[in-house]
Amino acid sequence: MATTTMTMAKALNEGLRRAMDKNKKVLLMGEDIGKLGGVFRITDGLQKDFGEDRVIDAPLAESAIVGTAVGLAIRGYRTVVEIQFDGFVYPAFDQIVSQVAKLHKRSDGVYTMGLVIRIPFQGGIGAIEHHSESPEAYFAQTAGLRVVSCSTPNDAYWMIQQAIEHDDPIIFCEPKSRYWEKGEVDLENSPRGLFDAVVRREGADVTLIGYGASVKTMLRAAETASGEGVSIEVVDARSIAPLDLDVMAASLEKTGRLVVVQEAPHTASVGSEIVAELSERCFYSLRAPGLRVSGYHVPYPPSRIEDEYRPSVDRILDAVDRVMGFES
Amino acid sequence: MIDEQLVQLLTPEGERVAHAQYVSTLSGEEVFAMYRDMVITRRICNEGTSMQRQGQLALWAPVQGQEAAQIGAGRALGPQDFVFPTYREHGIAWCRGIPPRDWFRVFRAVSTGGWDPQKYRYSVPTVVLGNQALHAVGYAMGVQRDGSEEAVMACFGDGASSQGDVLESFVWAASFNAPVVFFCQNNQWGISSPSSLQSKIPLYHRAQGFGFPGIRVDGNDVLAVYEVTKRALENARVGGGPTMVEAFTYRMGAHTTSDDPTRYRVDAEVEVWKHRDPVERVKALLAREYRVKNVTFDEVAAEADALALELRDDVLAMGRPDPMTMFDNAYAAPHPLVDEGRSEMIALGVSGGPH
Repeated sequence: MATTTMTMAKALNEGLRRAMDKNKKVLLMGEDIGKLGGVFRITDGLQKDFGEDRVIDAPLAESAIVGTAVGLAIRGYRTVVEIQFDGFVYPAFDQIVSQVAKLHKRSDGVYTMGLVIRIPFQGGIGAIEHHSESPEAYFAQTAGLRVVSCSTPNDAYWMIQQAIEHDDPIIFCEPKSRYWEKGEVDLENSPRGLFDAVVRREGADVTLIGYGASVKTMLRAAETASGEGVSIEVVDARSIAPLDLDVMAASLEKTGRLVVVQEAPHTASVGSEIVAELSERCFYSLRAPGLRVSGYHVPYPPSRIEDEYRPSVDRILDAVDRVMGFES
Repeated sequence: MIDEQLVQLLTPEGERVAHAQYVSTLSGEEVFAMYRDMVITRRICNEGTSMQRQGQLALWAPVQGQEAAQIGAGRALGPQDFVFPTYREHGIAWCRGIPPRDWFRVFRAVSTGGWDPQKYRYSVPTVVLGNQALHAVGYAMGVQRDGSEEAVMACFGDGASSQGDVLESFVWAASFNAPVVFFCQNNQWGISSPSSLQSKIPLYHRAQGFGFPGIRVDGNDVLAVYEVTKRALENARVGGGPTMVEAFTYRMGAHTTSDDPTRYRVDAEVEVWKHRDPVERVKALLAREYRVKNVTFDEVAAEADALALELRDDVLAMGRPDPMTMFDNAYAAPHPLVDEGRSEMIALGVSGGPH
């Protein structure tokens, strides 16, 4: 097995490079992605190697970035667009919801909306406002879209390639706070399908489910809990829409206790959906109501106090205590 | 209101006028063919209004008054070009060879599309106005990358000219020198909003600010629209970049069958535009210059009537779609939630077929 150690940023870069090598119709488009390599350097060096026609520096207009990618898709191109930060995706919301999500249907299947919308999401990098948001639920709610998130360099490398090859439009959420963390990447074998959830740590007492940057936080919480005699299973959802409920339900059937972790506020969130679905599927196995540990229902705070907003190990363990407490 | 810069080759009275940059290249046969196109478009459009009034359509968007703009542009297009329309481009759809019954599927509320957009090189109608201008520019960027001599037409009106997507599409087209023609039908009214609410300058002047040429053409003069649009398309195909063509015209009827224009505009204005009718001026030209006889015009009218009746039969035969079809093509690949919905509907015993 040929594995190599790299950051998630580098893994995404290598995944994009491989996809562009394999298929000449793959284009990249976004603000500052050429010479600069993107503000996070995810596309570093790609314009130099693939040219300005395939790695397109876009004028500063997100609706146009997505809207022209739609036109390119109709022409048979597969464009991976980079939204510079989560909080900048809203100007493109109309194109994503009205066109990207619906044109396959509206053309009776003639148009393939094979495009990937990469969004660096979630907080944790000490940024100013509009740079740390979690907009995934807006897209998960929209029929016609699929939403995924990577949590490791290996997943980043493979999931970006799988997303590009997929014939449906994919909202690809990248946990920006994990861009610079290293991990092993298997360059030969893809670990699993794009929409499969995975158990990252096995446990017996409580199931933690989350995605993106929350996965590492959940693993830390599990480690701490094990020292206190609580065995936690950690599930990385990976696919936010559709959810891999089979893997999640199998875990919950075993533990009977559920805590979902997300940075988005919990009203009408992906976490709400996970709790609702699993309550229905696993009703007779539940030993406690499913809880959500989320961002608070306030605009994302100034980043000097973001650690109090984002789900922390302590807040996760508090929820673990509460679901464990239902037993006694 | 009519600008001195307006390109006109045929007056409302049907007299030819000279223009410094444009001359009509159309033969008598071609002018007659466009007359026929316009008469048929108008007749079919009126059938749409009637069918809506009779409860057979959910909605209809009349095109009366804009036939010259649409037929001129539609006939200027080459078979290799691609069009991104709104929901009111019935005349262009006719020119692309799309069977009229297929335009009616959306208005009959039996489909969200209606034709194969790749086959006719005419995209599905866009209702969220302005979105399509960006699709056109993106498609044109694909044409550039393919090294192909094709042009792309983005259709929109004076109302949508205020949409951010249209203005962003101007930026993109200029920056990338995209082979696109922005075909703006300024029909003076965006539902109840006059075009003066959308722009304080003539719309075609906007193009210059974005860095490409804009030109205003008499949108009720099919000869002029044809020549101006044809030149813009040819220029785009050979790398000359975008052009905005503002076809200055008038929506004689309502915005849609849900609209009541008597609430916001005066009859006197409509009367003025009646005298600029796009069909009558071509008819006058054909009668005078090409000696086309009344019996021939009557034949065209009869042909249009027959087509309208055939269309009516086709539309009335469009039954309620099988509810199960709502699950088709929601996604390209299998999706568990779609499968779940389909299974639920089957379990509920929902039957297909007409109701």
